[in-house]
Amino acid sequence: MSLAADIFTVLCLLAGLVFFAAGSIGLIRLPDPLSRLHGLTKADNVGLFFVVLGLLPQAGSVLAAVKMLLIWLLLQVAAGTVAQILAEYAQALGRSGGGRR
Amino acid sequence: MSLFFDAALILLAIVVALKVVTGRDPLTDVIAFIAYGIVLTLVWVRLAAVDVALTEVAVGSGATGLVLLRAAGAAATAKQEARPGRVTKGLAALVSLVVFLLLAAAVLAWPKPQPSLALAVAEHLPATGLGNPITGVLIVFRALDTLLETVVLLLALVGIWALAPDRTGARAWSGTPAPLSGMTPSGAQVLLAQLLLPVGLLVTVYQFWAGANVPAGAFQGGAVLGAMWVLLLLARLAPLPRLEQPGLAVLVLAGPFAFLATGLAGWVWAGGFLDYPEGIEKPVIIVVEAAIVVSIGVTLGLLVLGPAGPQAADRPGADAS
Repeated sequence: MSLAADIFTVLCLLAGLVFFAAGSIGLIRLPDPLSRLHGLTKADNVGLFFVVLGLLPQAGSVLAAVKMLLIWLLLQVAAGTVAQILAEYAQALGRSGGGRR
Repeated sequence: MSLFFDAALILLAIVVALKVVTGRDPLTDVIAFIAYGIVLTLVWVRLAAVDVALTEVAVGSGATGLVLLRAAGAAATAKQEARPGRVTKGLAALVSLVVFLLLAAAVLAWPKPQPSLALAVAEHLPATGLGNPITGVLIVFRALDTLLETVVLLLALVGIWALAPDRTGARAWSGTPAPLSGMTPSGAQVLLAQLLLPVGLLVTVYQFWAGANVPAGAFQGGAVLGAMWVLLLLARLAPLPRLEQPGLAVLVLAGPFAFLATGLAGWVWAGGFLDYPEGIEKPVIIVVEAAIVVSIGVTLGLLVLGPAGPQAADRPGADAS
């Protein structure tokens, strides 16, 4: 049983890592701010979701598991909002012709 | 495996630290500084110093980063001759290098085994009614240091206000600070503030309450409280404070003065400065800590806001939001 849980954890963490790596590469390689944000937010929500999902069987108690899910939810809200604000700022910069980054 | 992780972390810390001093403009430097604070936080976690890690990420990286971001914004519009020249920069680098070398020498010259009071703290901790040894040291064994730390924040605020240029026809230290952002907050930002405010207040109360037994405490709680205020100000859900409000002064002074009053009362009820009365240590500590949380939160918020902006107060009928 605990072996199955460990395998599940490792698989989920690996899946999470793939998304984090893809997000980081996207942040560095993609050409414009909006595409970069797109890459970054995938890492933020899907990558972190897999990491949290993978750690759930290792949490030890229901309370700790619920806490981890809440942290993921909070980060979802924060990351989504930050992406939105950055995107609006990038568009405002692009319109004024100052968008170099 | 953990050795590999630690090596990567140290390498990352050095690279980001270099990035802080070699950026092409103040804004890049400040962003690197915030990232550096987050890397340092991971270092503290690896050293099992969770209390320090929490403070580093909240105050060192978050609050200080925000203050520096505001300063970088101001520096971008500063006149060329007001910027530091080569001599000033060289002197700053020299002083930093000397401090670094002295610190490195001090760390390397530590006697082995290292002197530690950890056993003494563990032995006397039950007498304080606290479970977290860090809080025990901060509030009981080394209370004087903590009192001075809360006063340092106050001095920083006075320093920032005192450095602001005098304005003609206005009372000193009055008026409202410049808005945090020139942009109208988007719907998402307002929603974030509305969603996070209750969560943040809950975390503040939890940090302050749990600090007695687990890593957390007044400084971390106060930092979260200050962040909630800044969030409300950014979303323009709260008006910018008028610095001359008496209520604001009360909130800023409550913590240091509650601490000081308890300290002085210690002579009456326990026979020494900052001694707590036997039997009711915990309630007294909680009241003082609560006042400190509020004061730290408000002071950090005011540090971020900075001094009153000349344009905001001198323009009659200025937008209050």
